[in-house]
Amino acid sequence: MKVSELVNELGLKVFSGEKGLDNEITGGYVSDLLSDVMGNARDGQVWITLQVHQNVMAIASLKDMAAIILVKGLEPNENTLQHSNNENIPILGTGLSTFEISGKLYELLNR
Amino acid sequence: MRLSFKIEGGDFTQAGQASSEVKKVLKQLGIDAKTIKNIVIALYEAEVNIVAHAYRGTIDVEIDDKKITIRLTDEGPGIPDIEMAMKEGFSTASKKVREMGFGAGMGLPNIKKNTDLMDIKSTVGVGTELIMVNYF
Repeated sequence: MKVSELVNELGLKVFSGEKGLDNEITGGYVSDLLSDVMGNARDGQVWITLQVHQNVMAIASLKDMAAIILVKGLEPNENTLQHSNNENIPILGTGLSTFEISGKLYELLNR
Repeated sequence: MRLSFKIEGGDFTQAGQASSEVKKVLKQLGIDAKTIKNIVIALYEAEVNIVAHAYRGTIDVEIDDKKITIRLTDEGPGIPDIEMAMKEGFSTASKKVREMGFGAGMGLPNIKKNTDLMDIKSTVGVGTELIMVNYF
């Protein structure tokens, strides 16, 4: 599934990184601990988090992740947006909690 | 091939730049993807450690046809008990650093897991030297 399909299916807001909307999704990873993501996330995963600072993008880029979803209506910092546009990794947003959006993503990817 | 980077303590906006540069170079050299992943994880953690704990540091990278050797040296408070610091979950990171999602006590264990050789020496009040080697 492509990131753009995920956006449509889950009604996500696209903050940045539009050029990466064709990125192919291999799965999801949920964590707010950056070392956990660094150590355990895999390429092509969508990362669900509440962290909004630019180190999130540094990690997403180093790990070749497909996209980031920010939960609970949180918005990325300005420098996070710029980094996302440079790396073509979309930052998406939802008003839902981590629990709810993770459930929906899991269901969608396993449909 | 040699690469060198400087890191300022406390400047989280720069964290990951050396890792990103090294990743690009290794890709260009055609190094196997799994090996690159391991190196990037270890180097990122080591970079963040300097930013989070030290005043300043340098990263020296040496790549030959068999291996990559990365030496990180910092001026900083040093690590009083390295054995303790190697334990998963042990961290001395500040509250601010923890709120950013760092400081979970996974950095040094992540480095250990993702390198073939890891050597760390530290002098309290002076600084820390970390050497990591990955074979291709």
